[in-house]
Amino acid sequence: MLKAIGIDEQAELSKVPGQEGNRIDTGTKPIVKYTGVTKSFGDLQVLKGIDLEMQPGEKVAVIGPSGSGKTTLGRMLMTLEEPTEGTIELDGELLWHTHEKGELVRAGEKHLHRMRSNVGMIFQHFNLFPHMNVLRNVTEAPRKVLGLSKEEAEERAVSMLGKVGLADKLKMYPSNLSGGQKQRVAIARALVMRPKVMVFDEVTSALDPELVGEVLEVIREIAEEGEMAMMLITHEMDFAKEIADRVIFGAEGRIVEQGTPEEIFDNPKSDRLQSFLQRFRSNGI
Amino acid sequence: MPDSWIDFLPTLLKGAEITIVVAFFSAILALVVSFVAGLGRLSKLWIIRTLTAVYVEIFRGTSLLVQLFWLYFALPFIGIELPKMLAAILAIGLNFGAYGSEIVRSAVLAVPKGQWEATVALNMKPWQRLWNVILPQASLRMLPPFGNQLVELIKSTSLVYFITMADLTYQAMVLRNNYISWTTEILVLLLLMYFVIATLVSLAVRLLERKLTAGRL
Ligand SMILES: Nc1ncnc2c1ncn2[C@@H]1O[C@H](COP(=O)(O)OP(=O)(O)O)[C@@H](O)[C@H]1O
Ligand SMILES: [Mg+2]
Repeated sequence: MLKAIGIDEQAELSKVPGQEGNRIDTGTKPIVKYTGVTKSFGDLQVLKGIDLEMQPGEKVAVIGPSGSGKTTLGRMLMTLEEPTEGTIELDGELLWHTHEKGELVRAGEKHLHRMRSNVGMIFQHFNLFPHMNVLRNVTEAPRKVLGLSKEEAEERAVSMLGKVGLADKLKMYPSNLSGGQKQRVAIARALVMRPKVMVFDEVTSALDPELVGEVLEVIREIAEEGEMAMMLITHEMDFAKEIADRVIFGAEGRIVEQGTPEEIFDNPKSDRLQSFLQRFRSNGI
Repeated sequence: MPDSWIDFLPTLLKGAEITIVVAFFSAILALVVSFVAGLGRLSKLWIIRTLTAVYVEIFRGTSLLVQLFWLYFALPFIGIELPKMLAAILAIGLNFGAYGSEIVRSAVLAVPKGQWEATVALNMKPWQRLWNVILPQASLRMLPPFGNQLVELIKSTSLVYFITMADLTYQAMVLRNNYISWTTEILVLLLLMYFVIATLVSLAVRLLERKLTAGRL
C-alpha cells in the first residue's frame, strides 16, 4: 500500500518540469542513476553533464537529433564507453568506479564484469555471431557466462526464441535470416541473460521499413511484462509515445526536456523540442 | 652409372623426408609463434606490444639464411650448440612466425567492432571474447594467407642445405656432383618433388577452408 502511494507521488512529481530531482526521495531505489556525467572524445565534448535516473521496470525513451549523444549515453551503461567525468550507479552501486581509501578510482575488469550482469544491450546492427547458428548464438553466453548446462541453456533459449517467433529457425545461420529476424534473435540473446536494465539503441533503424513492425511488436511484448527497465533510444516517435513511461529529449549533449509521453509529444515546452518534433512530423516519419 | 632417372628416386625421397620433417615442425612453431606474437601486438600492456614488435621487426628485417647461420654457426661461440635439425626448425619457425603474426594481427583487427561489443554486452570474460567469438571468425580470414605462407615455408626449407642438412636439395646436389651428365634430369625431379609437396599442401588448405566456411558466411 505504502509503496503504491510512493509510485503515485512519483508520477505526480514527474509532471512538474524541473522537479524530477524530487523523485529520488520517494521510496523506490533507482536502478540506474547518472550523476554529472560528461563524455569527451578528444576535444569534442559529446555529453555535457547528464543527470538521469531510471526506476526499476521503468521504460524511458530517449529522443533527440542525431549526434546529440544518445548512443554514447547508452553505451556508457553497457560499459562500452567510459565517462569522462561523473558517476553512474547501477542498482545502488557505482558502475565505473570503486572506492579505495576514500577515493573514487576507475574500476577494474573484475568489478565491471560483476556489474555488467545487470545490463543488456541491443544494437542497431544486431551484431549476431556469424559463425554460430541461431540456437548457439542464444546459448553461448548462458553457458559460458552464467555457467548453465547445455540442457538448461537450450531450454531457456528455445523458450525465448519461441517468444520472439523464431522457434523454427534454431539451426539457421544469421546470414540466412532477414534483418527483422536477426534483430529478434539479438533480443532473445540479450533477454536470456535476464538483465535488470536493457538498452535498445535504434534497434529498427537498420531495417527495411516492412520489417520494423515485427521487431517493435516483440519489444512491446517485453515491455508489457514489466520487470525489466528499458532505455529506448529511438526515432520511432509513435512507438515511444505508446510504450514509454517517460520521454527524455536530448540535444547537443544535454537533457533539454523530459516528461510523460503526453507532455513531450503533445505539449512540448522548449523551442528546441518543438522544432525537433515539427521537423519529424513534416518529414512524415 | 644409373640406368634411368628412376634410380635417383630412393635418394631423393630420403631427402624429401628430411624436408618434410623440417617443414612440419617449423610450420607448427611458426603457427604458435604467429598467434602469440600477433595477439601480443594487440595487447593492452605496452611492454608486451613493444617486445613483440621488436621481435617481428628483427625477424622480418633480416634474411632467413642469415638467421639460420646465426643459430647454427654463431650461437656455439656463446656456448649454445644446437643440433642442425633444431637450428633449422627454430630459424624457419621464428622467421615465418614473424610474418604470420602480421596475418593474425590484421585478421583480428578485421573482425567488426560490433562483434567485440556484443561479447561485452553478453558479459563474456576477455579470453572468452577472444576464444569463442573473435578468433573463430578471424581464423577464417587467416586461412588463405597462412596457406600461401606454408607453401613459401616449404620452399624455404631448401636453405637448410647451407648448414649441410641432408634434405631434398642437398641430396639432389650430391647426385648431381656424382652424375654431372644427368644434371637436367636430377633438377627436373627436384623441381617436381617440391611442386608436388607444395600443391598437395595448398590443396589441403583450400579443402579445410571450404569445410570451415560451409553454409555460414
Ligand atoms: N568513438 C568515438 N570517437 C569520436 N567521436 C565519437 C565517437 N563516438 C561518438 N562520437 C561522436 O559523438 C557525437 C555523439 O554521437 P552519438 O552518441 O552516436 O550520438 P547519437 O546516437 O545521438 O546520434 C557525434 O558527434 C559522434 O561523431
Ligand atoms: Mg545513435
